[in-house]
Amino acid sequence: MRLPLIALLAAGLAAPALADNWDDTLAAARGQTVFWNAWGGDERTNDFIAWASGELEAQYGVTIQQVKLSDTAEAVTRVIAEKAAGQTGGGSVDLIWINGANFLSMKEQGLLHGPFLADLPNSKYLDLSDDSAAIVDFTIPTEGYESPWRLAKFVLTHDSARVPEPPRSMAAFLDWAKANPGRFTHPAVSNFMGATFLKQALIELTPDVSVLQSEATDAVFSAATEPLWAWYDALRPNLWRGGTAFPENESVLQQMLNDGEVDFAMAFDPAAAAAAVERGLLPDTVRSYAPEGGSIGNISFVAIPFNAAHKEGAMVVANFLLDPATQAHAQDITVLGSYSVLDPAKLDDAAKAAFAALPTSPALPSNEALGPTLNEPHPSWMTRIAGEWAKRYTK
Amino acid sequence: MRTTEGRWLRLTVLGIVSAGLVLPILAGLWETARAAFGFLPAIGADALSLDPWRRLWALPGVTTSLWLTLWTGFASTLLALAIATGFCAAVHGRMSAGRSARLLTPFLATPHAALAIGITFLIAPSGWIARMLSPWATGWDLPPDLATVRDPYGIALILGLLIKEVPFFLLVMLSALSQVPVRAHLAAGRALGYGRGVVWIKVIAPQVYPLIRLPIFVVLSFALSMVDMAIILGPSNPPTLAVAITRWFFAADTMLILPASAAALTQTALVAGGILLWVGAERAAILAGRFWIRRGGRGLSSGPGLAVAVAGAGFLMALGTAALLALLIWSVTWRWPFPDTLPESWSLGAWARPAMGWGMALKQTLIIGIATTVLSLTLAIAWLEGEDRAGMSRARWAEGLIYLPLLVPQVAFLYGLSVTFLRAGVTGGMMAVIWGQALFVFPYVMIALSDPWRAVDRRMVRAAAALGAGPWRRLFAVKLPVLLAPVLTATAIGFAVSVAQYLPTLFLGAGRIATLTTEAVTLSSGSDRRVTGVYAVLQATLPFAAYGAALMLPAALLRHRRGLAGAVA
Repeated sequence: MRLPLIALLAAGLAAPALADNWDDTLAAARGQTVFWNAWGGDERTNDFIAWASGELEAQYGVTIQQVKLSDTAEAVTRVIAEKAAGQTGGGSVDLIWINGANFLSMKEQGLLHGPFLADLPNSKYLDLSDDSAAIVDFTIPTEGYESPWRLAKFVLTHDSARVPEPPRSMAAFLDWAKANPGRFTHPAVSNFMGATFLKQALIELTPDVSVLQSEATDAVFSAATEPLWAWYDALRPNLWRGGTAFPENESVLQQMLNDGEVDFAMAFDPAAAAAAVERGLLPDTVRSYAPEGGSIGNISFVAIPFNAAHKEGAMVVANFLLDPATQAHAQDITVLGSYSVLDPAKLDDAAKAAFAALPTSPALPSNEALGPTLNEPHPSWMTRIAGEWAKRYTK
Repeated sequence: MRTTEGRWLRLTVLGIVSAGLVLPILAGLWETARAAFGFLPAIGADALSLDPWRRLWALPGVTTSLWLTLWTGFASTLLALAIATGFCAAVHGRMSAGRSARLLTPFLATPHAALAIGITFLIAPSGWIARMLSPWATGWDLPPDLATVRDPYGIALILGLLIKEVPFFLLVMLSALSQVPVRAHLAAGRALGYGRGVVWIKVIAPQVYPLIRLPIFVVLSFALSMVDMAIILGPSNPPTLAVAITRWFFAADTMLILPASAAALTQTALVAGGILLWVGAERAAILAGRFWIRRGGRGLSSGPGLAVAVAGAGFLMALGTAALLALLIWSVTWRWPFPDTLPESWSLGAWARPAMGWGMALKQTLIIGIATTVLSLTLAIAWLEGEDRAGMSRARWAEGLIYLPLLVPQVAFLYGLSVTFLRAGVTGGMMAVIWGQALFVFPYVMIALSDPWRAVDRRMVRAAAALGAGPWRRLFAVKLPVLLAPVLTATAIGFAVSVAQYLPTLFLGAGRIATLTTEAVTLSSGSDRRVTGVYAVLQATLPFAAYGAALMLPAALLRHRRGLAGAVA
């Protein structure tokens, strides 16, 4: 009987306190420039961040300066270098677009500010229940040290004019590659997209999927990945350039699809192909789909380093990214085309209408074509798979 | 009195160069070495150990990376030297030095990254050459599965390096040749019945070689450790050592910083070993050469060799030109599918929005380039003037000091330097980048300016002194006007070097300083060739404009002082 009462009291106390804090945050943030370290290889994302900067400037007096990374680890290295130099405040990184291994690495070494997610007013639109994808990053609980901003889901992209009936499972891909040698490849496994492709294959091929949800140990790893390597050994000679070279990342792979060098690209963003068609970067006949058993999905997060110079500004940016209007703008394929991270059940009618009014494209897969979402394995699997792959195939 | 003043100036300049140039490099090397032996408290490494070295040698592909580095570095340097020598032998005397310099300018000016991006598009299986030939000549409706770029043997990388190195060697040789009585040697040699090529190899080359030895070492060191061109053109799995090191420094697994530091030291050893190997080969060549010269063969058949060199140089220049043209076309393209020879639809979209990035990058590049060049030029003039006033010529160790930043691989000390800078509180980003770039701009400015400075007619300076002009008036009213053309050329070279800097900007700018070069390299790993084209075109245009100005300005400024203009050209 006492518990609900306490909860009620706590809620009653917390609400105004939160409002006060947020007002303080807004006041402190005014005039700040937030150095957002984000992968810079995608012009759409860069444009979206520039747009967000303009909106934030108008609404809160906060601007974003994007620090374009070619790899997120660059920002992590920078924070480490600052810590090495004893710089515990006024750091050069205010906000990082971060995921998985990089998040784990920063969290373990105490390089993050927070928890801050609960302080963001717009976090009320998120599904924060125990098994929600919004509070887990590659099986690592985010514990409020990260705020979601875009949804990612593994999809394959093909040109329907060249390949009308694409293979829909990893086993079928092997047959297709044997029949069409040199026409398929994946990004380098040191890149997260390449590693994701192998993880997707692992989930389909491994005898017991459940072991992937906990840390990989030597014993479990070799048993779980044995079918994967057997499959890959058969696939590799049929890959582009005989599997001796790989494109750096998904963008280069997409360019290769556009050039006709290969017949498939892959993305972690179901709308990537539709947006690329819109921008003249892929032919109109391109389509995206997910493997029939479902595909790996996760949420992209932003985090704030422990020594960030503009923490308040960074929080205002994180909160702005969770605004339903921002999320709807981001989902527009002419803008970014990244699916919303918000819980549709928590949106009001106006927000729902904004999402409903977004333009569509034939290259945009329907929810049915996307199929079920599979959980990301524990990050240790990605590290180990990348390591094992390098050991086996880098001579 | 005069000597004292000269000594003070010399000491001041030496102090600035030591503190600003040499100390940072040593401090950077020191930090790298500490990390290589297990000291990097920030990531919990605080005990002396050889573990980073063990981890390094256990990394997949590291031996292949090492061999690739040696192969591409030596092959490109040797080939470039051979082609440049042959071209020089065949063309020298038939073309004025001024005209050759103008011809070489675009290739010297274009930064490595821009050129590499252009070459990639040119020679890829889906590239421009294949598009021009397909499908009518090749039957390709789809690009073939061929490794013509990023090939495992580094051929594309060597090709890219050649396009940059051959013009550099040519320019260095042209300048050295002005100190050798080529015409007389040639006449004497031909009178004795030797072929043109043989006179060059037996008589002229041995005189030219000592003058271009240091530049050769710079090229060799650069070819063994360059990063931006190797990222774009070189093999990827595994890449060359310098690229691998850069990747490890920025890897998700932060503990890789330790083996990366060990690898950075290995890179330094590789360059030092490479230079030693070259010096050894020099000795052998001297012995073999003497024997060969004494045998006295006339070697009338050197013609084909020269023809190959001329054809090679021509081919490289054509490739470079086409690469730059391809970039320009891509920057105004909307869709350009394979196998169309020209874009299907055009658009100025990529140029239309400077606010989306390139405007800012252009501004940063200009600010940094101008600041770095002015700084380096001032220092160089002060150094040379100090030598004049003290009446002393340059010691060998001082020459070594100038070349130091060009000989020590950048990856070996830049990470350590960024840690040092942070510790010293130099975190301004912009300031740190300007400083870091000056490390590499100053030597080139110094090299470009030294010879013309020494060649100034001393009688003019003495006449000015006799007329009562003090040392400052002699500098500003006599020497600098006479030296206007070389000073402007040195300025243009310094600016071009600044625009092309990749690693110093990346490491010391904490990633916040986005220049055309860092953006172009980042974007080259993206999917939009049109935007990459814009950056690369701008990146190539800036230094080109600077060289253009350096060539045009003296003529305009010295319009009414024809004697001076004549003396300069």
